[in-house]
Amino acid sequence: MAHKFLPNSDVTITKTMLNKLGLTDAEQLYSDVPKDVTLKRPLDIPSALSEIELEKLLTQKLGRNKSYPEYLSFLGGGCWVHHIPSVVDEVLSRGEFYTAYTPYQPEISQGMLQAMFEYQSQICELTGMEASNSSMYDWGTALGEAGRMAQRVTHRNRILVARNASPERTAILKTYCIPAGMHVEIVDFDGVTGNLDLGFLASKMNDQVAAVYFENPNFLGIIEEFAVDIVEKAHACGALAIVGIDPATLGVMKPPGEYGADIVVGDGQPIGVYPNLGGPLIGIFATRMDPLLLRQMPGRLIGLTSEKADPSRQGFVMVLQTREQHIRREHATSNICTNEALFAVAVSIFLATMGPKGMKELGEHMIAKSHYAQQRMKEEGLEAPFFSGKYFGELSVRTKMDGAQLAKNLGEQGILGGLPLGRFYPDFEMVSLFSFNETHSKEDVDRLVSALKATTS
Amino acid sequence: MNDLSHPGRIGYSLPQIPEDLFTVVGDLSKLIPNSMTRSTDLKLPEMSEPEVLRHYVRLSQMNFAIDVGMYPLGSCTMKYNPKVSQRIARNPNIANLHPYQDEGTIQGILSILYDLEKMLCEITGMDAFSLQPAAGAQGEYVGTLIIRNYLKDQKLDQKDEVLVPDSAHGTNPASAAMAGFKVIKIPSSQAGIVSAETVRGLVSDRTAGMMLTVPNTLGIFESEIAQVTKIVHEAGGLMYYDGANMNALLGRVRPGDMGFDIVHLNVHKTFATPHGGGGPGAGPVGVISKLADYLPIPTISNSDGRYRLDYDKPRSIGPIKSFYGNTAVLLRAYCYILSLGGEGLKVASEQAVLASNYLLSLLDKEFYNPTIPRGIHAKHEFVVSSSPLKRKSGVLAGDVAKAILDQGMHAPTTYFPLIVNEGLMIEPTETETLESIEAYGDTLNSIARNSLVEKDRVISSPHNAAIGRLDEAKASHPNTIILSWKQVKSSQTN
Repeated sequence: MAHKFLPNSDVTITKTMLNKLGLTDAEQLYSDVPKDVTLKRPLDIPSALSEIELEKLLTQKLGRNKSYPEYLSFLGGGCWVHHIPSVVDEVLSRGEFYTAYTPYQPEISQGMLQAMFEYQSQICELTGMEASNSSMYDWGTALGEAGRMAQRVTHRNRILVARNASPERTAILKTYCIPAGMHVEIVDFDGVTGNLDLGFLASKMNDQVAAVYFENPNFLGIIEEFAVDIVEKAHACGALAIVGIDPATLGVMKPPGEYGADIVVGDGQPIGVYPNLGGPLIGIFATRMDPLLLRQMPGRLIGLTSEKADPSRQGFVMVLQTREQHIRREHATSNICTNEALFAVAVSIFLATMGPKGMKELGEHMIAKSHYAQQRMKEEGLEAPFFSGKYFGELSVRTKMDGAQLAKNLGEQGILGGLPLGRFYPDFEMVSLFSFNETHSKEDVDRLVSALKATTS
Repeated sequence: MNDLSHPGRIGYSLPQIPEDLFTVVGDLSKLIPNSMTRSTDLKLPEMSEPEVLRHYVRLSQMNFAIDVGMYPLGSCTMKYNPKVSQRIARNPNIANLHPYQDEGTIQGILSILYDLEKMLCEITGMDAFSLQPAAGAQGEYVGTLIIRNYLKDQKLDQKDEVLVPDSAHGTNPASAAMAGFKVIKIPSSQAGIVSAETVRGLVSDRTAGMMLTVPNTLGIFESEIAQVTKIVHEAGGLMYYDGANMNALLGRVRPGDMGFDIVHLNVHKTFATPHGGGGPGAGPVGVISKLADYLPIPTISNSDGRYRLDYDKPRSIGPIKSFYGNTAVLLRAYCYILSLGGEGLKVASEQAVLASNYLLSLLDKEFYNPTIPRGIHAKHEFVVSSSPLKRKSGVLAGDVAKAILDQGMHAPTTYFPLIVNEGLMIEPTETETLESIEAYGDTLNSIARNSLVEKDRVISSPHNAAIGRLDEAKASHPNTIILSWKQVKSSQTN
């Protein structure tokens, strides 16, 4: 068979090549493979589809999904539908970027290396940190790696995690840290405000704590107003402070580097990457420029250097590779190799188009829409917000209905959301989380409010 | 990029927040606590849209890729990335799907993922698959955690050693160590394989398992694999198949039939999904039935044509990444498999092996010494040692790699596997034409010949790239390391 992806699959070309090797049949290439491990039947996989057939089939299959913009979406909780500037799509569709491998040959990979360096630089500006790696898989695994890094840095085994941090990410943290002999312990939050319980945290702190992890805004959408105190409590015991962030908030919110974070993790998805059912995403991982932290950092780092022959010419290379698996093997800081490089480029382009003003405006949209929704919901007699703490773009609402049922009912009206908190917190099964941003018009919010009222009354 | 910034320029357009909305909510700054409001300027560059586009297009032009030319980077399977998959993946019914949507609204994609799991089971001879791992290395971590938890349940906690060949990828020992195992190195035999005899001497009641790449990183099929798996199984260990080199074996040899218990596949290698300059990829993991309960949560189940995400798996190793895996990458793998069909997959592997042997046959053995024993055919890749060239001219494998770049082609993987001196690991893949394979062989041979007459030019290459060789020692030195533009700026002001 000749196939369009296989230029030598035409019989005469294949024959020519085989003959040059002194062979007559491709089977002979496998003469060293023992017969008892060879598959003696064809694979039970359908025959090849033409491009037309493939696209028809996939369009039909994918057509069974419901998605934005056909549906309004108010879902958040770690992955968000945001607007993605057309320039991002345009550049990301360039084969020079998306069909490259890891930049092992820097001289012909300066484009990717510089874009990743720009990404690292922009993440540092946004988070107030000094050293960002060039990406992890996602926020959850970035957190997992941060936990293990805290153990290597402090030689301690306890990690304290806020209960109002994403329960899914906390579960991933456990998958990463428990095999390393660590103990993941939960710090409760104030059920009224939604803020971390500082007294509870204080009672758990001792000299065995490697790190304290909290998110800001937290998973309930609430801003941790007293983040400085949380960080101070961690530092007073010699523990690291790991802070999880949504980068879309950081044009308005104080960057964690300014309140003492040692490691910042988060997801770059909301600033330039489509949700894609939650993957691929792009994990943010940034620390301070402390040699002790840098040496223990996971993931690929890009550095600026100069040409050997002419030091006036600048260029970019992968640095501190002696931390990584291909050199250190079982002693590496992480096993990560493939990461999310292409999305580092996406985030970098996103931030380049937004600049400081755009990032501030983006945050303002989130605040304005969520608070407008709250006022409108309150007017309609809905319990919003459910948590009394200050919130950013995500609003907690309690109705008389189980959150999962509520989402189903809204789905029938062409609305995706809210996120049922009962899924993670059995004690809040009537509470849902609605997320707002620049993609929502005032009318969209009004439509949600009417649908909510109609459904729950 | 900072040099392009001009205060006041903008590259975005967002809707105006309606005035009447402000009358409802009031002053936004009062809604955010002062303690958590940004007080310092965000120092991002200020650029217009055309400038942003040109900046990144210019960067793309300084980047080599499979769409640009031949990329025979050994062990990375840089084959052509089908464009139809790219177009399909732009469908809003995948791109805009939110992971927390009600299951009823994502039945289409769940059915695709479910079918893909079944196809990967058929391709590998496994009984169950998880599509969750984000990359090969994460698949390995999942696999070694499964070994750990399974043995724990069997009350075999004393089993704490994982055998890994000296020719393995670095991720193997790194993953095993992350899962808490002690790594035992298996020395390769003279013939470049893991011999049953060596393994017999290394297994004990502490053996938890073995990780193996087949064909191995020398491109040699592990011909004693059946005996090796038997020995490890008799010692109570599990066999882990690193699928990095599966591109040699599609439709012909299945890891399950060789006796492996756990498999990961690199879809960004074998199944032609683009590697994105480093990622995203995906590293699905398959297991035999007795290990199915240990796969990460959630799994996808199907009853009466309705697909569900199942979290209720008490033996599961837990979730290993956010949500459900790199869906958009997996979708492309699905499209690739359907584009080739069952028969086409087998042809693709055959063609990959043919291309690799053809290229090997072209190389001048006076300079490049094959590591594969006589009489055996390399699989999808091969390794040569350029030690003869080094002896004759002083030119190193790394120099050869740089000289290739000047010819508009990517270099092989160099100095890997670690057991080969002056190693060049070459994997042309099935999507390169006969003509480009011949051109690559000619290039390697002429670089070797030139090394004898103009060594200085070879060891100072590349000459036609965006930049010459860089000072990597300076780049990583604690006193000179620079990781951001911010750091450049602050060092200039100091």
